[in-house]
Amino acid sequence: MNAAKTRRDKTPDAHLFPTRPYDLVKEFVIAVVVIGLLTFLLAGIFSSPDKKSISLAQWAQNAPADVVATAVGELAGTTTSATYGPPYNNASTGQKLGPLSLQKWAGVRQPVNSANDFVIRPLHDVSAADPALRAALTQWTGASSQQQTAWAQRYADLLARRPNAYLAGPARLGFGPVPIIATRYLALARTGALQSLIAGKSAFYTSNLTEPLLLLADGAYLEDVARTDHLGGDQWGMMNETGNYPGQPWMWLYTFWYQIKPFSTSGNADALVWGLMMALTAVFVFVPFIPGLRSVPRWIKLYKLVWRRD
Amino acid sequence: MTSTDRRKGNWTARLGRRLDNAVPPGRRLPDRQPAYVRSWIYVFGVATLAALLFVLASGFALAIGGTTWWHTSAVGHFLNSVHLWSVELFFVCMTIHLWGKFAMAAWRGGRALTWITGAVAFVGSIGTAFTGYLSQTNFDSQWISTQAKDGLNAVGIGAFFNVLNPGQMLLWHIVLLPSVLGVLVVLHVILVRRKGVVPPIDAEPPARELPSRPLESRPAVPSTPAETPTRRQP
Repeated sequence: MNAAKTRRDKTPDAHLFPTRPYDLVKEFVIAVVVIGLLTFLLAGIFSSPDKKSISLAQWAQNAPADVVATAVGELAGTTTSATYGPPYNNASTGQKLGPLSLQKWAGVRQPVNSANDFVIRPLHDVSAADPALRAALTQWTGASSQQQTAWAQRYADLLARRPNAYLAGPARLGFGPVPIIATRYLALARTGALQSLIAGKSAFYTSNLTEPLLLLADGAYLEDVARTDHLGGDQWGMMNETGNYPGQPWMWLYTFWYQIKPFSTSGNADALVWGLMMALTAVFVFVPFIPGLRSVPRWIKLYKLVWRRD
Repeated sequence: MTSTDRRKGNWTARLGRRLDNAVPPGRRLPDRQPAYVRSWIYVFGVATLAALLFVLASGFALAIGGTTWWHTSAVGHFLNSVHLWSVELFFVCMTIHLWGKFAMAAWRGGRALTWITGAVAFVGSIGTAFTGYLSQTNFDSQWISTQAKDGLNAVGIGAFFNVLNPGQMLLWHIVLLPSVLGVLVVLHVILVRRKGVVPPIDAEPPARELPSRPLESRPAVPSTPAETPTRRQP
């Protein structure tokens, strides 16, 4: 083993070379002072971004039609979260990395029933003083799942054609209780109580916002706001941040793949990009053992800028 | 049983010997470096460490007030700005250091583990910074978490590492990942000190003429006892 290593790598021991005085501690102290000055200077001049989070009440205030359409989509089972698959539900098998169904194999570990958790249960919790809502919820829960889907889908189609149709009041043309549920849902969201009814369903303390965030992401409003800040997926969004700040430029390679084919048009884009990035990371970490790649520095000769002969 | 035998069985003595062998005393903080160490590129390793110091210090200061105080406090916001810019400088310095080391093929001469610890620390730093963005409790966190979940879920990681759970992300950001990163950085620095700075590609040490060599030609530090018989051959 040692003989083989010697044949490949004849780099001599660094301690056999002539030396010169070098003050490591002084170098470190100077580096701390310079980096400290730069940091405080940049922080003082440019500050840092802090765009306020969007509350569900703000969403309802600024984009009421989107809240209604999202709630109806949850009831119809057509939103992103309702059709997601693991780790939230079994509505689909999720993405695949070649023959590997990693998403499916990881299982449903954060179970979410979008219609029930996001819409029906929160409304049920506040229905005591609202007979019309109680009746609508009773009608909804007493219907078959096919009937529920048919009502919700019909109303979703209407809203797709006329987003403000919910303002016309509780129509009953084949929509069942869905119009009442949708308008009451909007009213509840406007009060600001919806988030705590969703996030705090099982505990007083909660630091897990999986469900409110999934709900918010099911709507179009979050993305609309993000796109105005150049944060869309096709705008290199993952590495940007709000305002004119550098964000996470170190994620450029990860974000880059999403901008080009076949990733930009693939239904398996996330799994493919992650698979590729894991492979590239392994290559990066194990460069010293990869023939050819480990010789690149000899070929490009950039080291001559570091070790000049003078 | 002799005293030597007793020392062999002494765990403390064995640990002490191991530590001494890991980085022999003369190599821990040498006041000399090989003459070929005279480029600005060498500064970026230590500059990365300096930036890390400010990242940690500003992170500690932010932690004092909890998770959301910096949204409403001018001092908190400034500390957040220091945290942000020290992270940016940390990555700038680390990236330059990394490319410099790649150009030097700095893994040569038994330094593969030095490269690997540095590379894993780089990847770990990206993960640590990412969890920081998820822990800001502002619009950035909302947007980044809802976008990032898809990639992590697609490969099964999201089932265990839930980016939509700010509590979990904050603990990863301030406890788990920095601890792992700290260990990696310490290991990396120990390996650098143990092996010394990699010599230039294809360089040969000058022939040693022990009796008459000038002061400037003496080795950086004494070799380890185990190395002496072979490495001191003229």
